[in-house]
Amino acid sequence: MTVREDRLKDFLVRGLAGDGAAYHRFLGELSGHLRAFLRRRLARMPDDVEDVVQETLLAVHNQRHTFDAAQPLTAWVHAIARYKLVDFLRRRSRRDLLTEPLDDELEVLSSADADAAEARRDLARLLETLPERQRMPIVYVKVQGLSVIEAARLTGMSASAVKVAVHRGLKALAAKIRDAG
Amino acid sequence: MKTDQLVTLLATGVEPVDPRAPVRRCAAAVAAGVLVAAVLMAAWLGVRASLVQDVAVPMLWVKFAFVASLAAGGWIAATRLARPGASLAGVPAALLAPLLAMWVLAAVALVGADASQRATLVLGQTWNACPLNIAVLSAPVFAAAMWGMRGFAPTRPALAGAAAGLFAGAAGAVVYAFHCPELAAPFLGTWYVLGMLVPTALGAILGPLVLRW
Repeated sequence: MTVREDRLKDFLVRGLAGDGAAYHRFLGELSGHLRAFLRRRLARMPDDVEDVVQETLLAVHNQRHTFDAAQPLTAWVHAIARYKLVDFLRRRSRRDLLTEPLDDELEVLSSADADAAEARRDLARLLETLPERQRMPIVYVKVQGLSVIEAARLTGMSASAVKVAVHRGLKALAAKIRDAG
Repeated sequence: MKTDQLVTLLATGVEPVDPRAPVRRCAAAVAAGVLVAAVLMAAWLGVRASLVQDVAVPMLWVKFAFVASLAAGGWIAATRLARPGASLAGVPAALLAPLLAMWVLAAVALVGADASQRATLVLGQTWNACPLNIAVLSAPVFAAAMWGMRGFAPTRPALAGAAAGLFAGAAGAVVYAFHCPELAAPFLGTWYVLGMLVPTALGAILGPLVLRW
């Protein structure tokens, strides 16, 4: 448990410092933990698990600046996963289907599940509904892997405007998921 | 999109994150809010002329310590509630200690006073203006604190809104204390508390509406 916590936290801390490879490993391993955690909680809605996994990953990414390295990673991840799960259940108005209590935060990193099902909601399609000013920077920087400078040249925006557009666009994506239900 | 693709998308082209940036932004907004409240107080109510003579009165310092410590407690509560999973250990005690201390002082003052004086100790000269003035002065800080909170990820939005509101209310009370002539503990423990509770309640109501993420 603590070994896993320390390992994952190390990846995240390096990711926050700008190490993309470490951040990729963090999110990759985290998605397995989130899947196992959510699959237990959504036992009667197995088809929705992957959607909530993706929504939680997006939330973890969008809120990564709120991680305090002095705090345990487990508590932070659990609070985000729980918040997104409750939000999802509220949207579905199916709180009564919750099969297990949500309060055992130590469980969130204790198991992993690499067997990803198909997500029902297609984030790629949702991405296409973003306004052009946010969508193109995301496509260039996050999908095609171009540098911010290249994306700035292609869009005619300044480099800092590209960064802001990527950030705002991913937050807008989370808002679309939230509002669409 | 498959989850692996999402992970790759999110991890591609990541920039270093400065974890202090949102705190700095929030602190700057709140400082601006306090400044607006101070200008508002000076223009609308005026700094009390006898404030300089009262610096020798211990109760003036007790009054400032009371509202300042509640502002500090509210700030700590808000910054903890702004981050998912942050521990709230010590926060209730930090908020209750100044309140209980003021209420003990109030009880001592009331018990020691003549029966005929007790109503005056509680009502002072300005009881009917005090809560509203504090609530009005807290408004610019409230707006700044709620805006700042939106830059974070509160998982308990009603509590987070209440904490931001309590901070704003206590900051408004600090500003109001430069105008207010009242020094009696029973007054402070009643009307100041009521005034600070207005933005606290407003924050608890608005939190779930405006702090979603």
